[in-house]
Amino acid sequence: MTTMTLAVRDSATMLRRQLRHTSRNLSTMLSLLAVPIIILLLFVYVLGGTLGVGLGGGSGGRGVYVNYVTPGILLITIAGAVQATAIAVAMDMTEGIIARFRTMAIARMSVLTGHVLGSVLQTLFQLAVVLAVAVLVGFRPDATAIEWLAAAGVLAATTLALVWLAVAMGLVAKTVAGASNLPMPLLLLPLFGSGFVPTDTLPVGLRWFADYQPFTPIMETLRGLLLGTPIGNSVVLALGWCAVIALVGYVWAKRLYNRDRTR
Amino acid sequence: MTNIPAIAITGLRRSYGSQVVLNGIDLQVPEGIIFSLLGPNGAGKTTMVQILSTLIRADAGEVRVCGHDVLRDPDRVRAAIGVTGQFSAVDSFLTGEENLRLMADLHRLGRAEGRRRTADLLERFGLGEAAGKPAVMYSGGMRRRLDLAMGLIGNPRVVFLDEPTTGLDPRSRRDMWQIVRDLAARGVTILLTTQHLEEADQLADRIALLDRGGLVAEGTPAELKRLVPGGHVELRFADGRALTTAAAILDVAPEPADESLVLRVPGDGGVRSLKVLLDRLDAAAVQVDGLTVQTPDLDDVFFAVTGQAASAAAPAIASASGKVTAR
Repeated sequence: MTTMTLAVRDSATMLRRQLRHTSRNLSTMLSLLAVPIIILLLFVYVLGGTLGVGLGGGSGGRGVYVNYVTPGILLITIAGAVQATAIAVAMDMTEGIIARFRTMAIARMSVLTGHVLGSVLQTLFQLAVVLAVAVLVGFRPDATAIEWLAAAGVLAATTLALVWLAVAMGLVAKTVAGASNLPMPLLLLPLFGSGFVPTDTLPVGLRWFADYQPFTPIMETLRGLLLGTPIGNSVVLALGWCAVIALVGYVWAKRLYNRDRTR
Repeated sequence: MTNIPAIAITGLRRSYGSQVVLNGIDLQVPEGIIFSLLGPNGAGKTTMVQILSTLIRADAGEVRVCGHDVLRDPDRVRAAIGVTGQFSAVDSFLTGEENLRLMADLHRLGRAEGRRRTADLLERFGLGEAAGKPAVMYSGGMRRRLDLAMGLIGNPRVVFLDEPTTGLDPRSRRDMWQIVRDLAARGVTILLTTQHLEEADQLADRIALLDRGGLVAEGTPAELKRLVPGGHVELRFADGRALTTAAAILDVAPEPADESLVLRVPGDGGVRSLKVLLDRLDAAAVQVDGLTVQTPDLDDVFFAVTGQAASAAAPAIASASGKVTAR
């Protein structure tokens, strides 16, 4: 067997370990689902009427706003999920079993790839649930099958990139509490972007930040694919950001995991 | 069996910052024996195991396990070893069986073989009933047994046991000792670190004493005990007068500044010499309150070679080994 197939095999083993962890920790899964769903309901039913009018929805404002806000809610779902990943990695690193893995002749990074694959699968499932709830409260995408597939791809790429970043954050954090704080800004990025209101309604400084931060092109791409709004160069920016974040996360995580632990 | 030693260490050094933890260790462990690394807390035992098991790097020196260099060929070393740490390295969320299956999968054993070895180890280590319970619900002794079983699933040639009985109750400790003996009987080389002299004495074929980062003595338990002078008898008296009289009769100086009213008389503690000793005191009408026979144990060895009592560094060592007490 080549090094590559061994790495794949060990990663699959570690993925099974993560899936078992998830299946024994369903309450975490539920609370991860609850947060984006509550935010969705809050923005649709409490604020959506008024915000929708601002989007030019007139008396049908709430329906217009559900469509507008759903991509932002999806990114909040991902941000919440990767925060849980950072916590899970930090907790895992306190366990003796990690030291055992390091003394075994296995693909070294497989512990982390197990975390990454497990988190990606779990997050994709959560995205599907949140999307279903969004449809229930009035989200009406007009996407074709191809556009759905593309949207799923963008969501998966975003998830993968942010999960690798979160793994690195979980490794760099000195404590589990620290690991929970580091990814916090990710939860705010949809708000300081085009997630909840168009960026041209924002004051100048904030607008500049919103236009150039990574989440905005991702949300604009999703909006375009699902609702037919203009995409422009958003898709290139979105995938570019994903590639950069994934690479930074991966390299950072690898370095952190391989450092000589002398504590 | 080959002529290559299971473990060969030359000139091993390791520091944490300015603190020297291992200061030039040379050590050879032949294949197939139980070798104990004995020393108080902070002597460097765990650091040595961490270097041998490729967890951390040495600053200097050469370390080989089964002939493989830990720096140049870590994966070969890893394939040959099993490790049980001081803090149990099990996955708390998984059941005992799942933990073992995880190890089997990581050793790429294949489904049938993994299942077979898992069942075998669960049975051997008395974990059959608890196999389906998450490890988080295990007692300390069960966790430690599972931990050891996980280290064995790949049939390692060398097993590192870092303080395998620390924190265990006496019964679990005896169970663990039996497991270690069984393992050795199968021809596995075992490096056992402990701060319990009794444990090293019970289990080890050879012992190395580690103190403040250096090896201070090495040999079989019997050889080490020969390093210290013979045993002695401790006599306890009710008052200082009896002590002084007895000291005069037996021609031993009571230890100055010792207010415990105890007199140490050199002797082997045999029945005949004890009788002679007591008869002499009896003849002088000196009342002896109590008597303890001390044969030299590893504690004495430790004291003799380091100049400090091991028990002063680690109170847990003050075990009853080699002591017979009569009242």
